[in-house]
Amino acid sequence: MSLFDWFANRQKSGPISKERQEREIADGLWSKCEACGVLTYTKDLQANQMVCPDCGHHIRVYSDERIRQLIDPNTWLPTDTGLVATDPLKFRDRKTYSDRLRDMQEKTKLLDSVQTGVGRLDGLPVALGVMDFRFMGGSMGSVVGEKLTRLIERATRERLPVIIVCASGGARMQEGLLSLMQMAKISGALQRLQTAKLLYIPVLTHPTTGGVTASFAMLGDVILAEPKATIGFAGRRVVEQTLREKLPEDFQTAEYLLQHGFVDAIVPRTQLKPTLARLIRLHQPVAAASTLSVHLPEVRPLSITTSD
Amino acid sequence: MATTERKPILLDFEKPLAELEARISQIRELADDNDVDVSVEIRELEARTVQLRQEIFSNLSPLQRLQVARHPRRPSTLDYIQAISDEWMELHGDRLGFDDPAIVGGVARLAGRPVVMLGHQKGRDTKDNITRNFGMASPGGYRKALRLMEHADRFGMPIISFIDTPAAYPGLEAEQFGQGEAIAYNLREMFRFEVPIICSVIGEGGSGGALGIGVGDRLLMFEHSVYSVAPPEACAAILWRDASKAPQAAEALKITAADLRQLGILDEVLVEPIGGAHADPLAAADTLKSAILRHLEDVNRLTNQQRQELRYQKFRAIGVFAEASA
Ligand SMILES: [Zn+2]
Repeated sequence: MSLFDWFANRQKSGPISKERQEREIADGLWSKCEACGVLTYTKDLQANQMVCPDCGHHIRVYSDERIRQLIDPNTWLPTDTGLVATDPLKFRDRKTYSDRLRDMQEKTKLLDSVQTGVGRLDGLPVALGVMDFRFMGGSMGSVVGEKLTRLIERATRERLPVIIVCASGGARMQEGLLSLMQMAKISGALQRLQTAKLLYIPVLTHPTTGGVTASFAMLGDVILAEPKATIGFAGRRVVEQTLREKLPEDFQTAEYLLQHGFVDAIVPRTQLKPTLARLIRLHQPVAAASTLSVHLPEVRPLSITTSD
Repeated sequence: MATTERKPILLDFEKPLAELEARISQIRELADDNDVDVSVEIRELEARTVQLRQEIFSNLSPLQRLQVARHPRRPSTLDYIQAISDEWMELHGDRLGFDDPAIVGGVARLAGRPVVMLGHQKGRDTKDNITRNFGMASPGGYRKALRLMEHADRFGMPIISFIDTPAAYPGLEAEQFGQGEAIAYNLREMFRFEVPIICSVIGEGGSGGALGIGVGDRLLMFEHSVYSVAPPEACAAILWRDASKAPQAAEALKITAADLRQLGILDEVLVEPIGGAHADPLAAADTLKSAILRHLEDVNRLTNQQRQELRYQKFRAIGVFAEASA
């Protein structure tokens, strides 16, 4: 949707009564931006990939929506969809891990906190993993480790570039050291992908912290981040306690990481798909044609005239 | 090594032992003063002390083991390096502007063969602990370790790493200089090295900070050491919303060597002297040395490619899940 369409839509809808508006918010017809408070037609917001047209705030999106945003229609083939956690430690805090898993599965309709698969991104075959923060804070246990490792191994075999959209609080405590070891397992698979000279691009979204930051999030050949995403290893509060003073406002933001040399670019969500496509093409000896309508300035061929 | 003349530091569950020992010396003094023979009583009390110590130390709870693992007199990386190597020379710096004292390492000779040894270093007293940041490494520490491991790989020297850290340092500068990136990079590169890598948890294995030098062909662990995905105190604060639930968290997280052996993460649990490694550091060092040499001999029989493949498969196999046919 262009900005003009959005504007036209907004005008079309005209002034509406407060009551009607409240009802429509409840119905999900309208969405309120959590950053600026402006109301936007939910359909328009979705068309703008859940980026507030008023202030540019990136509203959190989850794995299904991400896959829709990145993968060409009818090309997504999900992989390893039957993997499910089993509570090997018989872990119990205020609730048992088994109960927690079941509740999460019911609530999110996901089996665990990552979706993986292969598909086409602007016509380019890719292997894609997308973490889902709704499922236990996107935490990484055995299932996340195994699914991502299998995805990377498949990409290595089939010579595909790998993209992982990160959103995670880190290792899943309920699986103890098994979770920590997934960091090593995935990093080992990435070492083999690297040896095979295949491209890996993690996309760091809000939030990417802990064990995910200390493994595959930081191992990209090119690392992209969403604007204002929180990215760090230690939690902000832990660092504050260590320091006993207030941290800089932009501490552990995507912008802070860019400034300190740990990410390559901050890409607004609306530009993510064309940017990924462009990066992949830039690594191909002969670039495949794009099907996306990206308006680039015309390039004049350089002609060299030789005088005789 | 830690000298035995220093006043012992008692853990709360060691109190009954201390009381027995106090009684023995009391009786001895009384007997000396009054010139009576109490050798029978003393022998009995001593036997009871030995028995009690054995009982206490073979039934430690996870939280008690954590206390032993964090014991201020527990032998450190430098203690073990000095005890087990024929000779050694410490090397310094990450060549990027830092020399983190929380990670030490260098070139050494172990049973006649050149190796690179490295590990987290906690302080041996309060002042040393402040210098060494309580063994909590910064990105510069992980990059120093990486530089030393690359050195080892270049010269075909096995890598012997010692794990003993509460956590990677959670500080402002550590974040600014890329704590996550530094650890991540090591995880990947440790799969690339061709030389044998033997890792041993000698004290505390704290999360990603431990794993950052902990990817190898073998993972050994002392019986009273702990290795945890998160500090039990932090885990309790997050999951129980109550930091005082640390004992429950320590229990639930399965952090002891016996538990981790069962989960298929460890290759060998090393038996400690009765009373813990700090009760007899030289005996602990002997155990460690012979285990390292045994495992080195094993992995040395493989070609570099076989070793890399097996190292990959070792971690590849870690994880527990079910798979429904989709
Ligand atoms: Zn807004």
